Formats: sequence, structure tokens, C-alpha cells
Amino acid sequence: MADSPLFQALHMEMAHALCADQEKGLGALEGVGFRVGQGLSERLTKEMPSFKDELDVVKFLCKDLWINVFKKQVDNLRTNHQGTYMLQDNQFLPLSRLSNGKQYLEEAPKFLAFTCGLVKGALSNLGFDSTVTAEVTAMPSSKFQVVIQKS
Amino acid sequence: TIVAYILRALQNYPLYIRSIPTENELKFHYTVHTSLDVVDEKISAMGKALVDQRELYLGLLYPTEDYKVYGYVTNSKVKFVMVVDSSNTALRDNEIRSMFRKLHNSYTDVMCNPFYNPGDCINSRAFDSMVTSMMMQVC
Repeated sequence: MADSPLFQALHMEMAHALCADQEKGLGALEGVGFRVGQGLSERLTKEMPSFKDELDVVKFLCKDLWINVFKKQVDNLRTNHQGTYMLQDNQFLPLSRLSNGKQYLEEAPKFLAFTCGLVKGALSNLGFDSTVTAEVTAMPSSKFQVVIQKS
Repeated sequence: TIVAYILRALQNYPLYIRSIPTENELKFHYTVHTSLDVVDEKISAMGKALVDQRELYLGLLYPTEDYKVYGYVTNSKVKFVMVVDSSNTALRDNEIRSMFRKLHNSYTDVMCNPFYNPGDCINSRAFDSMVTSMMMQVC
């Protein structure tokens, strides 16, 4: 099973520390993820050949970025080929220590916000404006919906 | 003479301009802006190319009488342009490539600096000294 002790521990503390005020906390977490996504995408793509198209970039997110941060790939990628993508991770690392079903479901948003920002920031640095939302129906599986704006 | 430019994607405004000797900066603005058209052509041609041809280094963009212009574009669509004296024939392609690599590596470091806001002009002393030593080796 994928494991990343330092990241998990740090991420959990960050979510708790920033979410004292739930409303502003989620925005702050997403902001942190955004800036991290920008820097991380710059470093990870440094040695890679040029991306062919939008799908190539999303695949990079699902493989290289996800492996770098969560030590595993995204399990399922779906798209309508018109700018909307659904990334499904069945063992989403930040949720893996929380529960194995519906317990603590209402706390899940705190642990998804950073990753939404991460994806948004990486896409933004690679030239794509997007909106990213996440949903969890049963932990630790989560789905991220990415809608890339037409330029 | 050698000039290095780093330009941001889409908006094409410069993040960083440096030339040795320094007086020549403005003279090259026009040259660099016309070369951006060539960069854009090459980028769109790359979209249709095969995997191994999709390099970041774009090579010689175009030679004028006195100068040669080289280009490089990162995956984050940041463009690096270098203008070199034509008389500097000692400068080989792989030296230009390695200069672009150094610029790319240092730019990545700047991106990861928490005090740098992406989109701002580059104000890093470490970056400046890297560029200076790189350009001095060549002049």
C-alpha cells in the first residue's frame, strides 16, 4: 500500500491548524496547494519532453504528480473529451487513516482542499485555467473533477 | 555581445532581461519580439510531432546579418531567448543547449522560492550571479 509518513503527518497537521475557522480554512488550504502545485509542476516537468496536448498534461497529473505526492497513480481517469476530467483514487493517501467507510465523512473536505489546490496550481503553471472539486462517498476513495476552461 | 531574455507564456512580457555589455539591451527588444513569432511557429509544429522530437530546446530561430537568435521553451510555456553575436563562431550548439539548461534549472529554483510570486519579474541575486558567470564564460 502506498505510504508517505512525513507527507501524511504534515498534511494532517496543516489541515487541522488552518481549519480552526472552517470557512476560511478551506480557502487557505487550497491556496497553499495552489502555490505548491505551481512549484512542483515546474520541477517535475523540467526533464520531460514537451507536452503534446491537454490530455497529455492531465495524464502527467495522474501519473508523475500523483506518484510524487501520494506514492501511487490515480486509479481511474475519465473524460468527456471536452475539457472535463474525473480522477478517481480508491486509496487516497490523506484519507487512508481516517476511516474505511462513512465515519468522519463530514470531515473529509478539510483533507481534500490542499489536493484540489495542488491540481489547480499545477494546471495553471502549465498553461490551463481550471476549476477543481472533490467528492467522497466512502473513504478512502475520492473523486476529483477537473474542468479546464476554454481559452 | 550576448543577451538573454526570459518571457512569460501567453502575455509575452519579459520576466528577466540581461545583456553583456549592458548598454545594448534596448537594441535587442525588437529582435527578440520578432523571434517570438518563430518560437510560436515551432511550438505549434511540435504539437504534431512525434515523441522524441518534442524537445524543449528550439535551436537557432533565425540568423540576421550580425546576430544569431536561439530559443527554448519550458513545459510551463516560459520562453527563453538568447541573442549572440554572429562573430562569436566559437559558440557551438551544445554550449547553447547547456546554457539554456542552466537557465531552466535556475528558473525552476526561482519558481520554488516562496518569496517569488509567479508572474513577477525575477529579482533573485542567485539567479543574477548564475547568469553573469554563464555569460562571462562566453564573451
